Amino acid sequence: MASQDIVRHDAGSRSSFLNDPKIRGLIYQTVLFVLLVAFVYWIVGNTIENLRRANIASGFGFLNNRAGFDISQSMIEYSSDSRYSRALVVGLLNTLLVAVTGIVTASIMGFLIGVGRLANNWLIRKICMVYVEIFRNIPPLLVIFFWYFGVISVLPAPRDSVQLPLSSFLNNRGFFLPKAVWGEGAWLILVGLVVAIAMVWFVVHRARKRQEATGQQFPVLWTSAGLIVGLPLLAFALAGFPLTFEIPTKSTFNLVGGFQIKPEFLALYLALSFYTAAFIAEIVRAGILGVSKGQSEASFALGLRSRQALRLVIVPQAMRIVIPPLTSQYLNLTKNSSLAIAIGFPDLVAVGGTILNQTGQSIEIVAIWMVIYLGISLLTSLFMNWFNAKMALVER
Amino acid sequence: MNKTVKVVLGVAALGFAASTASAATLDDVKAKGFVQCGVNTALAGFSAPDDKGDWKGLDVDLCRAVAAAVFGDATKVKFTPTNAKERFTALQSGEIDLLSRNTTWTLSRDTSLGFNFAGVNYYDGQGFMINAKKLPGVNSALQLSGASVCVQSGTTTELNLADYFKANNLEYNPVVFEKLEEVNAAYDAGRCDAYTTDQSGLYSIRLTLAAPDDHIVLPEIISKEPLGPAVRQGDDQWFDIVKWSLYAMVLAEEYGITQANVDEMKNSPNPDIKRILGTEADSKLGTDLGLSNDWVVNIIKAVGNYGESFERNVGQGSPLKIARGLNALWTKGGLQYAMPIR
Repeated sequence: MASQDIVRHDAGSRSSFLNDPKIRGLIYQTVLFVLLVAFVYWIVGNTIENLRRANIASGFGFLNNRAGFDISQSMIEYSSDSRYSRALVVGLLNTLLVAVTGIVTASIMGFLIGVGRLANNWLIRKICMVYVEIFRNIPPLLVIFFWYFGVISVLPAPRDSVQLPLSSFLNNRGFFLPKAVWGEGAWLILVGLVVAIAMVWFVVHRARKRQEATGQQFPVLWTSAGLIVGLPLLAFALAGFPLTFEIPTKSTFNLVGGFQIKPEFLALYLALSFYTAAFIAEIVRAGILGVSKGQSEASFALGLRSRQALRLVIVPQAMRIVIPPLTSQYLNLTKNSSLAIAIGFPDLVAVGGTILNQTGQSIEIVAIWMVIYLGISLLTSLFMNWFNAKMALVER
Repeated sequence: MNKTVKVVLGVAALGFAASTASAATLDDVKAKGFVQCGVNTALAGFSAPDDKGDWKGLDVDLCRAVAAAVFGDATKVKFTPTNAKERFTALQSGEIDLLSRNTTWTLSRDTSLGFNFAGVNYYDGQGFMINAKKLPGVNSALQLSGASVCVQSGTTTELNLADYFKANNLEYNPVVFEKLEEVNAAYDAGRCDAYTTDQSGLYSIRLTLAAPDDHIVLPEIISKEPLGPAVRQGDDQWFDIVKWSLYAMVLAEEYGITQANVDEMKNSPNPDIKRILGTEADSKLGTDLGLSNDWVVNIIKAVGNYGESFERNVGQGSPLKIARGLNALWTKGGLQYAMPIR
């Protein structure tokens, strides 16, 4: 403390205020800020001026116009009579669908493969290693092409569909499953499920209290599984089995009816899951290896079996290392979904591109793309940060 | 991703360019020494590189004609292959001077996109192609209910398709790709039952399929597709040069001026031909356009008249063998009608 005071006093007495690092820093920042504002002002002004001179329409009013084009897969009601804004929402929902399903699948696969790389079994270890090395070193676009052109395109035409069990079919137009059609009283099943979830929550809570108080364990897993499956089943039976299946049937061009998964979605979903799983596997492996060996030795010394040690000691500690890099992988997967355009899956970028071309409003569309992707990414980060804080070491 | 990046860069160019729109394109072109022309990526007959990498086609000939008119040298042209989505941003941002890429002339492209269409170098209409071997008995587009239809995104084709099926109360499933090559590959692999685009395009694409003879083009034409070159608004001189380069090719066919006889024709006593070829005494027709007086001679020497270009690229002299049809001269029952040079 004393020496700092001396230096500051010394500097102040000998030189002008320009040599004060605080003031100098303030000046630099002000100059930079003014330059930045001037630059942005110039860019915006110049763009508006150029658009005006080139007679290119601008503004977001076009979003209310009739779209005029059809979209092959939509989670909401959409026709060519809908507005451009609705078409963008359809694209956004498709992006979110492939991102969410991809993230779930990639996480499960990545976790299994990551643990597999540390397995004692030589064969499992090597298979997982080869998997990681292959998918980590191929650009995601090529993985997408592999699934689309290499796997799904070479499936037979609809006439010679591959018939799978349960009346499902596979052909080069996608995957066709029987569609469940719920009848009267089906809401009882939903009620059953909600009640079951509430009861499971209660059981978990009580079991923990009891273990903390008495040390006795309660078979929570089996009870919960029984409740979640059993109660809806009971409701289903009570309502008189109100379920029929709509089975896909052959028509002139294609199979009709049933639940259809389009090949474009299938290829993108599989490619993103397989690609990202390789990275997640490495993160999981690093997380497990990051837990010191003493922890597993200590748990074995306490008499825990290898599976228990993994579940109760290793994984909870590994999660703290895993979650932050996992967030980046989730963001990557979401952003990579824009590669959908290469195989014609109508995601946000593909639909936006069509609108851009029909209306010529490139600046507006590019701005919408950027804002939406930024929004999705920030929301994902926010959630993962919350999750990370929750999982972090809580000291008692 | 690459295309998105291109579009973003194009948008950025709109922001940075100090004065793209107002500068005289002719001066810019002369200063850089070549015409930058936006063409299709690969549509045989209209614009596609041959086995030596030279661009060939009806749309490419128009680019060369403009270069010949400006520089007297048809090689002073550079080609920018564009897909359906990039083409408009490329023209708006000034990356290309001229868009000659089988682009349909529509009102909204003339107005809100800020373009001027300099004429029609091919009168076309949208049709459907199917694999007759896989779908025997289908001989009309009205039988396509429930079909999957391959189409390129961001085209008038995509909109006409939606309108046609809606108007006829038919169901369909669009399979939309951004690049022509991707649409071709998906159709050839059997992802779709039908392929729709301009009929000329269908004939051209059919040749690139694995088994061209299995595929037939259905008789219905569901739209008008006047294809022509486009330039930016706000530069009337450049607009005139492109417009009259096209007219000059059509007029040359009308007056029988060909690549072979153009030098002889310069001595013709016919006053119309003298005006066209700039041999009239004290002619100012070429210089008023900002060009030299022998501009038409240069065009015809480089690419021939419209009929020659047509036959060489898409007509009897090409594998496509498309009949002149609507694209015959007005004197022969077609629609090609050029305004007089006088």
